[in-house]
This record gives sequence, C-alpha cells and structure tokens, in this order.
Amino acid sequence: MATVIPFLILFPLVMACLMFVIRNNRVRGVAAYLGSVIVMIGVGVLVVQWFLAGAKPVELFIETEVADHVILASEIVLMVVVTCLCFKYKKYWISLLSIVPTLLIAYLELFGPEMEPTYHIYLDHLSILMCLIVGIIGGLIVIYAVGYMHGYAHHHSEFQDRRYYFFMLLFGFLGAMFGFVTSSSLLWIDLFWEVTSIISFLLIGYTKSSEAITNSFRALWMNLLGGTALAIAIAYYAYEAGTVTLQQLVFEGSVGSNIALLPVVLIAFAALTKSAQLPFSTWLLGAMVAPTPSSALLHSATMVKAGIYVLFRLAPALSGRTSGLMVAFVGGFTFLAASIMAIAQTDAKKVLAMSTIANLGLMVACAGVGTAETIWAGIFLMIFHAISKSMLFQDVGATENTLHTRDLEAFHGLIYRLPFLAMVQFIGIAGMFLAPFGMLISKWAALRASVDERNILLVFFIIFGSAITSLYWTKWMAKLLEQSRAPKVKDITKLNEKISLGIHAVMMIGVCLLFPLLSSSYVDPLLREMFGNAEQVLPTATLVVLIVIILIVFAVPAVSMAFGENTRTNIKPNYMNGINDGTDYGFISSYGEVQHMHVSNYYFAHVIGQRKLMLPSQILSTVVIIGMICVILGGVL
Amino acid sequence: MKFDTARLIWIIGYLVLAPFIGGLLEGFDRKISARMQRRVGPPILQPFYDVQKLFNKQTIAVRKTQFSFLIAYMVLMIFTGAMFFGGVDLLMCFFVLSTAATFLIFAASVTNSPYSAIGAQREMIQMMTYEPAVLMTAVGFYLIRGTFDVDRIARAGSSAIVVLPGFFFAFVFILTIKMRKSPFDEAGSHHPHQELVKGITTEMGAKNLAVYTITEWYENVFLLGVVGLFIVNRNPLSYIGAIVVILLVYFLEILIDNASARVRWQTMLKMTWGVTLLTAGVNLMMLMLIYR
Repeated sequence: MATVIPFLILFPLVMACLMFVIRNNRVRGVAAYLGSVIVMIGVGVLVVQWFLAGAKPVELFIETEVADHVILASEIVLMVVVTCLCFKYKKYWISLLSIVPTLLIAYLELFGPEMEPTYHIYLDHLSILMCLIVGIIGGLIVIYAVGYMHGYAHHHSEFQDRRYYFFMLLFGFLGAMFGFVTSSSLLWIDLFWEVTSIISFLLIGYTKSSEAITNSFRALWMNLLGGTALAIAIAYYAYEAGTVTLQQLVFEGSVGSNIALLPVVLIAFAALTKSAQLPFSTWLLGAMVAPTPSSALLHSATMVKAGIYVLFRLAPALSGRTSGLMVAFVGGFTFLAASIMAIAQTDAKKVLAMSTIANLGLMVACAGVGTAETIWAGIFLMIFHAISKSMLFQDVGATENTLHTRDLEAFHGLIYRLPFLAMVQFIGIAGMFLAPFGMLISKWAALRASVDERNILLVFFIIFGSAITSLYWTKWMAKLLEQSRAPKVKDITKLNEKISLGIHAVMMIGVCLLFPLLSSSYVDPLLREMFGNAEQVLPTATLVVLIVIILIVFAVPAVSMAFGENTRTNIKPNYMNGINDGTDYGFISSYGEVQHMHVSNYYFAHVIGQRKLMLPSQILSTVVIIGMICVILGGVL
Repeated sequence: MKFDTARLIWIIGYLVLAPFIGGLLEGFDRKISARMQRRVGPPILQPFYDVQKLFNKQTIAVRKTQFSFLIAYMVLMIFTGAMFFGGVDLLMCFFVLSTAATFLIFAASVTNSPYSAIGAQREMIQMMTYEPAVLMTAVGFYLIRGTFDVDRIARAGSSAIVVLPGFFFAFVFILTIKMRKSPFDEAGSHHPHQELVKGITTEMGAKNLAVYTITEWYENVFLLGVVGLFIVNRNPLSYIGAIVVILLVYFLEILIDNASARVRWQTMLKMTWGVTLLTAGVNLMMLMLIYR
C-alpha cells in the first residue's frame, strides 16, 4: 500500500503532463485510454491489498520531510497561478482569497509550532470507497471524454480546440482527488482541496467565452472562500492542539473538546462551499457551461463529493451539536429549495445540476445529523448518486452532440429516436427516485433517522423535498416516452462513450441488486469504524420486500410487452376534440385549416424559477449560517 | 421475516376480495350520488357489468405499449396492497405506491394525446400534492409505535387516532385527491363533457380501461385500509369500529364530491400543503414534544 497510494497520486500527474505534451489527437486518445485503465487497475490493486491486510484502518507515512516541502512549494505555485489569472481578468480581490490562506499555511509550516510526528495517510473503509468512486467513475469518464471531446471540437468550432489542456486537467484532477481522500494530514488535505478548486475553475473557463469566464470566477471565489476557512481552521487547530491530523480533530470533536469546536465548524463551512450548498449553489449551476465530461466528473460524481466526504468524516464531531444542527439545516433546506427550482428548468444539464445540489443537500443533512443511521443513508446516497449522475451527465452530453440541443422539450419521444441513449437515461432517472432503487432506500433511512433524532425541520424538508423530486423526474421520463413523429436521427455516439454508458448502466443495476450485500459486508463495517458499534440499519423484512419489488419492476413490463405483441390491437388515432388530421399531431379547426399541436411539459419558470427563488433562499441560508457560527463562536470565546 | 398464517389469510383476502369490495363501493358511490342528485341511479353491481363489457370489447388503443404500462401499474398497486395487508413496512408501501402511480403516468404519456397529456401532467402535480401527507402518515405511526411495520402498528394497545388526529385529518383530506373526487379531480374526471375530456384516461379503452378500473378498486381498498389502521388495535372489536369509520369516510368523500366544483390545481396544492402542515405538521410537533 505504501507504494500504491503515491502511485495513484503521482501517476495521474505524470499522465497530465503527457496529455499536455502530446498534440496528436489520436495518440493522445490512446494514451488517455491506457492511463485511465492503469488508474483503475491501480485502484483495484489498492483495494485488494487493503482487504488482504485485513480491511482495517491503515496509517502510513510518518516521515515525510521531502513531501512536506513539495506540498508547500506546490501551494505557493498555485497561489502565483491564481493571482496571475485574477490580475489578467481584473478580478483583483479574488486573489486575496488565495494569497491570505497560502501565506497563513506557509507561515504555519515554516514558523509554526513543532508538530509531533504522526501519520499522513490514513486508509479506512470510507477512503477506500472514495478511491473506488474516483477511480472507476473517473476512469470511465476519461474514456468517455476522448469520444465526447472529439464531437465537441467539431460542433463548437467557435472555441479553440484545447483538448490537450482539457485532458491534462482531468488527469491532474484524478491525482488530486486520490490525494484528498487518502490524506489525514490537514496540510496535505488543504493542498489537494485547493488543487481541485482551481482545476474546477480552469475547466469551467475552458471555452474562454465571456459567460464561461464570469462563471469560472464565481466558482473560484466561492471555493477559495471555503479554502480560506479551511486554512484558518488548520492554523487555529495547529496552534491550540499541536497536531494537524484530521482523525485527531474528529476524535477531540466527538468527545466534546472545546479546542475542536471552531475548526470543526470552519471545515464544515468549507465543505458546504465545496458541495455547492446554499448560499453557494450558484457556482455549480454556472459550472454547467463547461464541457460535459467535466460536469460529470467534477461537478456531480466526485469533486462535490469531497465536501460530503469531509462532512462524513466530521460526523461524529457534528452529531448533536450546534454545528451539526447548522449543517443539517443548510443541507435539508438546500434539498428542498433546489428540488423546487429543478422543476422550472428546461435545460437538461441544469435539471441535473439542480438535482445534484438537492441530493448533495440530503447527504449534507445526513452528515449533520451524524448518527450511524444517517451516515448509512448518506453513504448509499453517495454511491447511487455518483453512478447515476455520472451516467446521466454523460448521456445528456452524448444526446446533445447528436441533437445539438439539450432542451428537455427536444427530448420528446427520444426512446424512438435515440433508443440507446434514451434507455440509459431511463435507467439513470429510475435510479434517482423510483422504488426499489437505492436512492429511495436512503431516503427511507434518512427520514426514519430524522424522526428518531426528533429533528422536525429535517422531517419536513425530506418529506416535501421527495414529493417535489418525483415531479421533475417523472415528467422527464414521460417526455422520453411520448410518441414522436420527428424523424429518426443518426446516433453519432462513439463506441467509447457507449462503453462507458453501458458499464455505468450495468453498475447501476448491479448496485441495486447487490446493495443488501454491500450494506452488510462493507457499509456496516464502515459504520463500526466510525461509531464503534452500529446495528443493522435495514431490517431483513424490508430487504426481502425490496428484492421482490426489483423483480416486479423489471419483469412485469418485459413480460407484458412480450405478451402484448401477440394480442391483436386495433390502432386508432388520438382524440382531438375536433377532427384529427390523421397524423396525431394536428387537428382540423373550425376554419377548416390544419392546426398543429405540440404536447409540452409544465415548468412554471415564472413562479418557481431560479430567478425568483435563488436570492431569497441564499439570503435565508446565509442568515442561518452566520447566526449559527456566531452562536458557536460565542460558546468558544 | 416471520410469516404467520393470519397474515397470509389477510394477503389472500386482499388479493381476492379487494376488487369486489372496491367495485361494490363504487356501485354504492354511484347509487348514493344519484340519490343526492335526485336520480334513480344504476344498480349496485353496475361497475362489474361495465368492466365485464370492457373486457369483451374489441381492443382499440392509440399505442400498444400502453397496455404494458397499465399492467405494471396494476401489478405494483396490487403488490402495494398485499404488502400493507401482509403487515410489512408502511413507508415502503407508500414508496411502491408512488412507483405504481408513475407507471400510470407513463401509460397516459405514451399516447401523445393532448387531453391524456394534460391529465398526466396534472397527475404528477397531484402526486406532489398528496405525497407529503402520505409520508407524514407513515412518520406519525413510526413516532408513536417505534416501527413502520403495519403488523406491529395494528397490534398496539390503543387506537392510533387518539394521538394522531391531525394525521388522520390530513390523510382523509388527500383521499379526495387519490380517489379522484371533486373538488380535486384535476387529472381525470368521471364525466367527459368538460375541458379535460377524461384527462388521464382519455385514450384508454376496452381492456386497458378495464385494467385501469380494477387497479383503482385495489387502490381504494388499500387506501381505506390505511384509514382503518388509524382505528384498529389489539382488541378485535376495534375492527368493527374501523369498518364503521371507513364507511363514514367513504360517505364523506361522496358528499364532498357531490357538493363541490373542481378547483384550480394551484388552489388544490396550496390547500393540501397548508392542511398537511397545519394538521399533521402541528400534530407531529406536539408528539415530538411528548415522545422525547
């Protein structure tokens, strides 16, 4: 393990340099395939080694003199890069958010108190799970991206083709993510945190259009604000406690030590910015201008989960405290507000973005409550969400490449026009909200836990939020099924995109079928690591019922479809309350003319759109966050 | 999971009897409605004659796939009821119930018919409207009984309605939506001479409509079963009380249906969520203070 982890961090960085150097698209594509397969194998080796070692928490790298210097140097390089870019685009003040925390960390490392030697890398069930998500989904998205970016470069000839830069960033990101989820030293975590923020910023600005630049700087300042909070937390904790280990901090927080209060709340705040919770949700919506692979990888499947990961780690220290209440409120409220706003979106990617924010909110709320039950729910939400959203983003990207639009209304009857892509969308959406798929089970557990914790606000948020969630997903699915007379289009989705989508679909169904096993053999041990003792969350009876539902949901439509093929049916045109013109898409009006008709979904953009609701929600959540932090500060000082 | 004979009898009883009970209730509904409107009304068994006739008709449909979705709707709905009467997790029942309803929406959407589509869109709004009250009901039972298992809820020492009056009110309120009764019959109406035509069922004919009707019967029996769950307890006599309450609730729904005109869906949404928060919500708040 002592070699695999540095390999997982450094190899993607080497690949990133290679991507930048190779300017032949075909050669770079092959290199990217190889690179992503090697990353996946690396993760596989890590997991196997860790299981063979007994699947116990592992502490590594106590002597890291050189690495510490490299990390400090990288932080300073990042600071210089960000500052230059901020000055180039005249966003001077944003550079302060990079300079101040970096100098703070540098001062701490050079002139700060002597830390006692301790481990820097920590591997347990949670970090291995994150490695798996990053490795497998990240690897697949890179494979998908090779095909997607080819199409993208052709359709968007107005933008400069900088694929070498794009793939450099993707690989660099993978390395940073591995570093982030395996590090236990907060100084290391801080660097990887900053790297992911900056790569996200660079990817959003990929096209260099004015919208992209505005959005990228919005993402930058919000994420850097979180980074600043993180840096202050680290410095404070280092001076007070003489150590910078995350595990130590969580332990002290969970036993109620006063020193840990402030760092925990600051890190939780940083996590809220990273996970795009209100009031910081707008950066994730703006991030949708970036090419789809980056939306899938950074802005839904992995990077935003970094915030969730940190919150899960902090959960024992949050549970039952004011900081936990704050986190749970912000998460629950974000779940509700983002779900409402998702109804009004007509852009498929924006729906996915809103739903990502909403689901992240639910995970954040689970972490805020911080009991074994909610973390169980949160972990499953994370797994299902990662697979399903990555799949949906890739699919919408591929559909957009073919249809040249991602307006939901244009998806009318997609199942007849682009059967493969529509089917994958269908599976992905089903995974997001239908029984028996995993998201629903997690909601079941989250709801039960919030009743157990007597958190009435969270009960309301979850109940109303899930009711609203089903509306925007159902209408999307119904849209795919509606009969369409638009001509069949040639599916130009590349083979590698289809491979990635296919594997995702199989993973989705596989996780659904195997999740009882996953729960007992992986998530329960994870919870035992975190909370000492944890009982089985899901009763066996419910599990049996679930398996039966799975069978029904898959078998019934298939069987009746086969059965229905044989029955003789007299097919007649629709009822139009006038004479159907024979096509089912028009009727003859009282003037004797053919009137065309288009069946459209409800959106209510003028009532519950982002323009209407975003600002009030941001104000409310800001007030709550500031208020709660003041209360916590009052307790500490 | 312990599966005793009593539960098995309940399940079989539901599977076999629910369509008859549902059909009979509809028969009474039509008769009572007719009398309220000073008409003679059809015979009590008329709904069964109707369904039988539908089955014997030539199969006419707009899309072939509609039948598959309706079958999935029916099977999932029956399964929901079987789960409930089999005594398993109530919240899970409600989740499967909404999955079933999703298939109904698909069945209406595949047609591309304007009336069917508007019905489907409104059905989604209806789902969103009643879902909080439904989930809230499960939460209420969980809070006082410490379990979602219908079996254990039904074997409690006292009737749940004593401490859950708000939840009961909210659930009965959304029954109007679920049973497609005026003033909340947004998605489909029983009378085709309106702006909606027949909404979600506009394009369903013959066999398809028969499947839909039978599913509605199963659904109504399940929903009334949930109403009964508020009343029943360890005492066998409570089951008689439950039946009386169920019949009263059903009569109330008929009365409301005949005494009101359809409101706009916005009104329905605001009223229902308002009622849910004010009754079930306030009830929940008080319970959380008591059951610490």
